[in-house]
Amino acid sequence: MTLLTDETFGELEAIAARYPEPRSGLLPMLHLVQSVEGRITPEGIEACAEILGISAAEVSGVATFYTMYKRKPVGDYLVGVCTNTLCAVMGGDAIFERLKDHLDVGNDETTADGKITLEHVECNAACDYAPVMMVNWEFMDNMTPTSAVRLVDDLREGKEVTSTRGPRLCTWKEAERVLAGFPDGRVDEGPGAGAASLVGLNLARQNSWSAPSGGGAERKDKSIESGTAETKGGAVAQADTSRAETETEQEEGKKSD
Amino acid sequence: MTTAPEKTDAAVPDTVKTVSVTIDGIQVSVPENTLVIRAAEQVGVQIPRFCDHPLLAPVGACRQCLVDIPDAGNGRGFPKPQASCTLPVAEGMVVNTQVTSEVADKAQQGIMEFLLINHPLDCPVCDKGGECPLQNQAMSNGRGESRFFESGGLKRTFPKPINISAQVLLDRERCVLCARCTRFSAQISGDPFIELIERGALQQVGIYEKEPYDSYFSGNTIQICPVGALTSAEYRFRSRPFDLVSTPSIAEHDACGSAIRVDHRRGKVMRRLAGNDPEVNEEWITDKDRFAFHYATAGDRLTYPQVRDTDGELRPASWTEAFAVAARGLREAGGVGVLPGGRLTAEDAYAYSKFARVALGTHDIDFRARPLSAEEASFLAAKVVLTGPANGAPTYADLERANRVLLVGFEPEDEAGAVFLRLRKAHLASGTQVVSIAPHTSRGLLKMGGALIRTAPGDEAAALDELGMTGEHPLDSTSVIMVGERLATSPGALSSAAGLAARTGARLAWVPRRAGDRGAVETGCLPNLLPGGRPVADAQARVDVATTWGIDSLPETPGRDADQIVAAVNAGELGGLVVGGVDPDDTADPAAFRAALDAASFVVALELRETDVTRAADVVFPVAAVIDKAGMFVTWEGRPRSFDAVFTNPQALPDSRVLAGIAEELDRPLGFRTVGEVRAQMEDLGPWDGDRAAFDAVVNTAPTDTSGETMALSTWKQLLDHGSMQDGDDNLRATARHAVARVSRAVLEAHGETVTITGDRGEWTLPAEVADLPDGVVWVPANNAGNGVLADLASPGSRVTVKGAQL
Amino acid sequence: MTSTLTPVLTDIWDADQSWKLSTYTDRGGYAALDKALGMAPDAIVTAVKDSGLRGRGGAGFPTGMKWSFIPQDNPNPKYLVVNADESEPGTCKDIPLMMANPHVLVEGVIISSFAIRANKAFIYIRGEVLHVIRRVQAAVEEAYAAGHLGKDIHGSGYDLDVVVHAGAGAYICGEETALLEGLEGRRGQPRLRPPFPAVAGLYASPTVINNVESIASVPSIIEHGAEWFASMGTEKSKGYGIFSLSGHVTRPGQYEAPLGITLRELIDLAGGMREGHVLKFWTPGGSSTPLLTDEHLDVPLGFEEVVAAGSMLGTRALQLFDETTCVVRAVLRWTEFYKHESCGKCTPCREGTWWLVQMLTRLEQGVGEESDLDLLLDQCDNIFGRSFCALADGAVSPIQSSIKYFRDEYLQHLAEGGCPFDPMKSTLFADELEMA
Repeated sequence: MTLLTDETFGELEAIAARYPEPRSGLLPMLHLVQSVEGRITPEGIEACAEILGISAAEVSGVATFYTMYKRKPVGDYLVGVCTNTLCAVMGGDAIFERLKDHLDVGNDETTADGKITLEHVECNAACDYAPVMMVNWEFMDNMTPTSAVRLVDDLREGKEVTSTRGPRLCTWKEAERVLAGFPDGRVDEGPGAGAASLVGLNLARQNSWSAPSGGGAERKDKSIESGTAETKGGAVAQADTSRAETETEQEEGKKSD
Repeated sequence: MTTAPEKTDAAVPDTVKTVSVTIDGIQVSVPENTLVIRAAEQVGVQIPRFCDHPLLAPVGACRQCLVDIPDAGNGRGFPKPQASCTLPVAEGMVVNTQVTSEVADKAQQGIMEFLLINHPLDCPVCDKGGECPLQNQAMSNGRGESRFFESGGLKRTFPKPINISAQVLLDRERCVLCARCTRFSAQISGDPFIELIERGALQQVGIYEKEPYDSYFSGNTIQICPVGALTSAEYRFRSRPFDLVSTPSIAEHDACGSAIRVDHRRGKVMRRLAGNDPEVNEEWITDKDRFAFHYATAGDRLTYPQVRDTDGELRPASWTEAFAVAARGLREAGGVGVLPGGRLTAEDAYAYSKFARVALGTHDIDFRARPLSAEEASFLAAKVVLTGPANGAPTYADLERANRVLLVGFEPEDEAGAVFLRLRKAHLASGTQVVSIAPHTSRGLLKMGGALIRTAPGDEAAALDELGMTGEHPLDSTSVIMVGERLATSPGALSSAAGLAARTGARLAWVPRRAGDRGAVETGCLPNLLPGGRPVADAQARVDVATTWGIDSLPETPGRDADQIVAAVNAGELGGLVVGGVDPDDTADPAAFRAALDAASFVVALELRETDVTRAADVVFPVAAVIDKAGMFVTWEGRPRSFDAVFTNPQALPDSRVLAGIAEELDRPLGFRTVGEVRAQMEDLGPWDGDRAAFDAVVNTAPTDTSGETMALSTWKQLLDHGSMQDGDDNLRATARHAVARVSRAVLEAHGETVTITGDRGEWTLPAEVADLPDGVVWVPANNAGNGVLADLASPGSRVTVKGAQL
Repeated sequence: MTSTLTPVLTDIWDADQSWKLSTYTDRGGYAALDKALGMAPDAIVTAVKDSGLRGRGGAGFPTGMKWSFIPQDNPNPKYLVVNADESEPGTCKDIPLMMANPHVLVEGVIISSFAIRANKAFIYIRGEVLHVIRRVQAAVEEAYAAGHLGKDIHGSGYDLDVVVHAGAGAYICGEETALLEGLEGRRGQPRLRPPFPAVAGLYASPTVINNVESIASVPSIIEHGAEWFASMGTEKSKGYGIFSLSGHVTRPGQYEAPLGITLRELIDLAGGMREGHVLKFWTPGGSSTPLLTDEHLDVPLGFEEVVAAGSMLGTRALQLFDETTCVVRAVLRWTEFYKHESCGKCTPCREGTWWLVQMLTRLEQGVGEESDLDLLLDQCDNIFGRSFCALADGAVSPIQSSIKYFRDEYLQHLAEGGCPFDPMKSTLFADELEMA
């Protein structure tokens, strides 16, 4: 039985209306579906198809391409352990093994009490905090097997858990709603930056290092002239993309007719 | 939104800018913007490829077509191999393919190796084996041993096959993800019901489970799939291509003249594919063209002549006896009407036309086995006959050049699939605006990006009278007006269409539904028309025909049309009927038609299969299906499309041979026996060089009464329905659109989701669907329920009532 | 002499409630916007060109030049799209930037959109960072409320709307044309180029797509001038950048410095490698860049300089691994990542990564022959440069470079029938375990 109400339909339409082309709303719309249904459901797919005037097959194509869209019901807390190389090496593998054992679930499975869905995740852009776990897409930094077990036990016991450099954790459905573009008022919780993010800045403060003052008073004692290319061709040659053939080469190719 | 390019009716310029490139050391000049892969074909180099297809926009996904480009035309080479299917040529470009470049060869072999690692070794059980681009190119551009297997690799597997529609099966393991099928569906046919789902190595073609791939054009994906991933349920496991003989032919299901290939083995048609004809259907055909051929081998196929005995039962008879009995019966009948039907080849239609005049001395002949009008007969004789590509009639190509194409009483997606695809292409690629005078926006109209001039059935004349060279939908000399056979039931519509063409310079095209309709017009199967466009009312024309045919004279006044023939038989004014392929339920009054079959003193039926007509006939002649005879269909453009017999079947006689046999027994020989001899006569007679018949235009001033409790009934035949020529393939039938009633939102809200429609011939109860119809119009498909609208529900142009119903 | 570290983007990160508009404006935020609105759009483009700013998302294409490719006479609307899909393994600079200082990004978006004459901008943020999305959503709302966004900004007559768009989990959407596909509500598969986004990007309209850090650098360039920006960095790699250190270094984190700093200097700033351990291998710009070793500690970290050393600067994602780390294990795990993230469009990436993972798994388990390494390299050869986009190139770079520098380690796995390393020794909590 679907939980999609008229109100949800209205919100889905509102999401599509944010964009010059309504179809652009599909990714956030599917997040909204998840926030209501707990996963991507056929009703959700059909609703998006109907609102956007595209086929359900096209919506399915999108819903199955992106890993945040789940097909099986997700628990209250989607607990992810990064097992990409750096985090794995720093301990992510050990954490994941311990949690699988402790929770008695495998990858992408949910505990019997419906509280925790465990999965391994790819690099979540917090490598300086490795090993990293994500709970409902909030950072849990510098985890160990021990602290990971404590974390999931706290979650299952209903204790309030806070991200290591973010807000109090909300449920997975609530998180999906924020991703759909509906703020939940927790933005001012947590610090601006965690400790690792500040190491460079702290060092600069200690040594009174700063950027040159405005107007370019201080210069490196190398030649000032810009070493970046003046011509398009030169720019292309400099660009680190050794493979994309840019507009420039196309243009030059045409000019040589 | 970009503006449409200016359209003129100037001919496409002869000179196209060319570019000179060197491919494998051979210099060649090709039109600019030619893709390297195409240019290579011109010097005889076949670069291997999968995702590339000349009719689909390039994607460069499979990477099989990699070539080395030491000079891109600007003195610099590409450092890495390039996909030749996405790279247009440049002046002075130097290309080295696998033929001359080791880098290109290794790159291609590498890709081939990657394609094969997850490909199942299904060849022994795969339909595509023997005609498989993957097999062929693996042989020419791959290695013989599998290093993947040696390295202990494990392939990904999927359960197989799965049905993506009742007709189309998918073996996901075989799929090389070239996306030709999904691109065809999205770009060409506009039916995005198959799509790529999942990601990475698990990516696969899929459907949304509740919405199978029920597209009228789904079979084309089977043909363009470069591996055996897509197969048809009907053909799966049935034969190997090297067992098959492939005979080119022309599809017999509509007036498009689509080129097809008939693949057969030991006298049996195994499958049909699209032929390649850029001027007509490009490389696409409808699913009906592709799959609907089993009617010819249906269990009730007639195989020997029958004669009704004195005890009133039909019994087998020899051909000679049947000819004699038929001749005697017709001679003694006291006036005979001839109803050839619309499915005949032009040669057979000519035979009916000559038979009526020479053997029976009458102009009472009418091929129109469906609702008709005198206005239509006049229209055909004055405006349609003898027009063709050679003398400026609109063609498929003209649809792409038109600024606007106006459809009136014509639904291309259901009634002329090749026209639909071409109009959609024109809309997407050339900015052609499609406009339809119709009761609602059909799916086909939506897919052509068409604008609707919402018109209740019967009001088409008034709608046409509003149009001109200005206004919201201005027409000019590049425009094409396409009118359907349905307008015969809308008095004044054809006249208004002709008037609109005259005052705007737009060109007019009449698009009937059957393959033989236009040929029947050209050969004079009408009460007011003789072969070659000669008006019956023109004395000189009559003399011309009579002289050529070696008879004294022809009756001076036009004969009866089909409805009048039926009425005359029922009134006792005519005694005999000669009936070709006619289904009583298609005619304007099926009950009257059936009554006429009983009332007639003598009925001769020429048919493929047992029908109500043959069961009522006095003599039944089995006739050849299209595979058993040579012939010609004439397309809606007036383009002749000839084909040879696929089989040599001495048992199957074309209608022309049968009629010649009867005529001989009547002592009025027709002078031909073979199809070749018929053709020679047709050529000898040639087209009339005198004036066409005058057009008796009709002015319809009475608007449809949309008030009151009754509603107008709009209907047309969907591509796939209960039509008898679709018999024999249950999978095809299962992909037909369901019978629903379409109503406006207000009507649905008033009456509910199930409605009962009551007309003057019966009632139907159907699920209801909302469409942008006027409140006073209800639409039903003409033949997806019961015996069809005309038999079960309502007479043409009559009004109906709609009420809510319980299921 | 320019300082060792040059906090510009990170300067506000230790402020209380650094993400709020009030904090940002207290420190002079949105003054650059005022200045920009008083300039001609082309003058802004020139300033960015002159500054030498090169794309901070890895490719290093000169930003000002990219902006100048927008055909101003094209009748379609222009769009600015910010690529905030940070997903390259090792890269972790944009996320903390948006978390701590979303307003510098918003201000950069407004100035950049003004320069290219776009009236609609999109910030495409990967969906897996909930709090970042909250911060950027809130910053955009605050900007609207303060009149920095919306109609007639600061009375200039210029209108701009910004949409914050959450992705849904696909590394490939960091590729600019795949990002556009995702932004259009489709599967994130890269598009054929030409046409290029500058001519036909979002909704087939002229579009500039830039990395978060690139756009965030724009306000400082406008405020302090192109020469100021160009006074930092090396000859061809101008300006400052955030260097992300992670792995077996004592103080992993973000270090904002002029381009051209060396790894040796950065490790020193970060307190050296873990006590008692030495650097074994590292990536300059995330997993897609070829590995480097302790031979390369003194390579200046600028674009050309790193290319000369055999790798790429990329996103300055410096993952540092010491001698406790098994290279084969690391490379296998990265290859599994690429296989997982392969969009599936093209054969060599889709099938190639499938095969590479299987081969590397066997090698890691010590199964196979030395000739398997040659087969592996041959597969890499057939993938590199043959695929539709650069994901596959990134996939084979670790393999090729690891075999180049650590062939013996692969052979050791074969000789010993398995991995000779103890994975526990490389973990963050290795010491704990030892003591336990």
